Amino acid sequence: MPLLTQSQADDEEYVLVASLDNARNLSNILKAITFKDHAIFSATPNGLKVTVEDSKCMQANAFIQAEIFQEFTIKEDLVGFQVNLTVLLDCLNIFGGSTVPGVSTALRMCYKGYGYPLTLFLEEGGVVTVCKINTQEPEEPIDFEFCSSNVTNKVILLSESLKEAFSELDMTSEVLQITMSPNQPYFRLSTFGNSGNAHYDYPKDSDMMELFKCTKTQTNRYKMSLLKPSTKALALSCKVSVRTDSRGFLSLQYLVRNDDGQICFVEYYCCPDEEVEEE
Amino acid sequence: MKFRGKIIDIACLNHFTRVITTISKLTKTCVLRLTPDNLFFVLSEKVANGGVSMWCELSEANFFDEYQMEGVSSEDNEICLEVTPENLSRALKTVQNAKSVKVKLTKKHCPCLTVAAELPTLSSSSRVVTHDVPVDVIPRRLWHEFKEPNMPDFDVSIYLPPLKTIKNVVDRMKNLSNFLVLEANLSGEMNLKIETDLVSVTTHFKDLGNPPWGEDASQAPSQSRDPEAMVQARVDIRKLQQFLMGQQVNPSKAMCNIVHERVVHLILLHEDVSLQYFIPAVA
Repeated sequence: MPLLTQSQADDEEYVLVASLDNARNLSNILKAITFKDHAIFSATPNGLKVTVEDSKCMQANAFIQAEIFQEFTIKEDLVGFQVNLTVLLDCLNIFGGSTVPGVSTALRMCYKGYGYPLTLFLEEGGVVTVCKINTQEPEEPIDFEFCSSNVTNKVILLSESLKEAFSELDMTSEVLQITMSPNQPYFRLSTFGNSGNAHYDYPKDSDMMELFKCTKTQTNRYKMSLLKPSTKALALSCKVSVRTDSRGFLSLQYLVRNDDGQICFVEYYCCPDEEVEEE
Repeated sequence: MKFRGKIIDIACLNHFTRVITTISKLTKTCVLRLTPDNLFFVLSEKVANGGVSMWCELSEANFFDEYQMEGVSSEDNEICLEVTPENLSRALKTVQNAKSVKVKLTKKHCPCLTVAAELPTLSSSSRVVTHDVPVDVIPRRLWHEFKEPNMPDFDVSIYLPPLKTIKNVVDRMKNLSNFLVLEANLSGEMNLKIETDLVSVTTHFKDLGNPPWGEDASQAPSQSRDPEAMVQARVDIRKLQQFLMGQQVNPSKAMCNIVHERVVHLILLHEDVSLQYFIPAVA
């Protein structure tokens, strides 16, 4: 592969080298969290985590494990940097991002460390493109302190059941209200827009409901503008877990299969807008 | 001044329509020069075009079954018209199934190119559909502006990679930068480069081949040129993108001549149409 011979001399200098035979296995999942220009990249020997935050109230993370990559070499315990995500996506799709079967763009992503650009070597059909994207010092991602021991309600749904609801969400509603309860209505999404209120109910014994563990009735509202971007992650996923904790914080976890059928995860965390007391 | 052409062959009609459609994507208005043997679509280099110019040559015999033309005078046996190619393209597109199509220079409320198509019907008689496309007649004193451009004294001439590949890359690069550097050498290598504060991207094409201009005098100075040395021109990326957007059919030959830091000269040759496009370099 031409990409290897070009940069073998530099290999000792890179603290991170990650290669993929199909760049879409990275670009597709990044599209699911591209709602802001900047993303924080954290690489560990386990793999790559890409974080995007909004207004300090919402955070999206994409996880691509080391095993997904054809090569994943890291020389430190943690390598972190910040890049412009839209620029990165334009580079990953430089050959047009076509979905012609059998044609894919190979990627070699390299990073020398603090102060250096992120270097991408992309190859398709014998044509090589080299991109150098400037990096910034990574901000510290927010810790939402969301832990399993504090989870009050959890459901796992097949994504197709939520896709229709999310694509139809009334955008004139400032909030998306999520009600989870051991009793009726079990799991309900509600909007309050100019044309009226809308409710989407998912009963606990529905075919779409893979897991239903609700211990306490909770109704929480989240800013629509913060949650709407999660629709992209939903569209890519086959299953989604919805969890709330005692503070009303929301965790959405999406199971995404890439082009080769391998599993990656995307998660969204969101703070509640206000808490609604349940009668 | 008289002009009357008739197309009967459906493949010729399709092809002619495709050529006009390509021209319409390259420019909003241009000059149509009609001579006894050829049709030329010309865009002359003007500030209004951003310095871009175009020369498209068609041999009438490849398209028309009947072709009659009488120029302004016997010495100046030519007709020069300013046309809006999109109007002509639209008219032609609606008559693709015609039994015959006539294109004539007429005078209605203003000079027009009239497209008259004989369309088949279920009965034995035909239906005639007429489109009048307004044109402006260009007076003789301005004809010198629309002459065939000279082959520039290029520094490097190289065959282009597949246009679709260049187009994909240029489309993405346009999101990142307003300007692109096109460089090439005599070893069949071409690079497309953009560089901004945020990012630099270079796409490398190899083994493209260099056309053998050989005996051409303009080639002489570059014989001493180092074959690996790159020659470059920085262009407005939108102009290159516009050129690529128009190309619907793969040409039999596609070449690029570069005059270092002056101009990019693109040449596309199809069986019966040749298209030249000049993009000026910017600082």
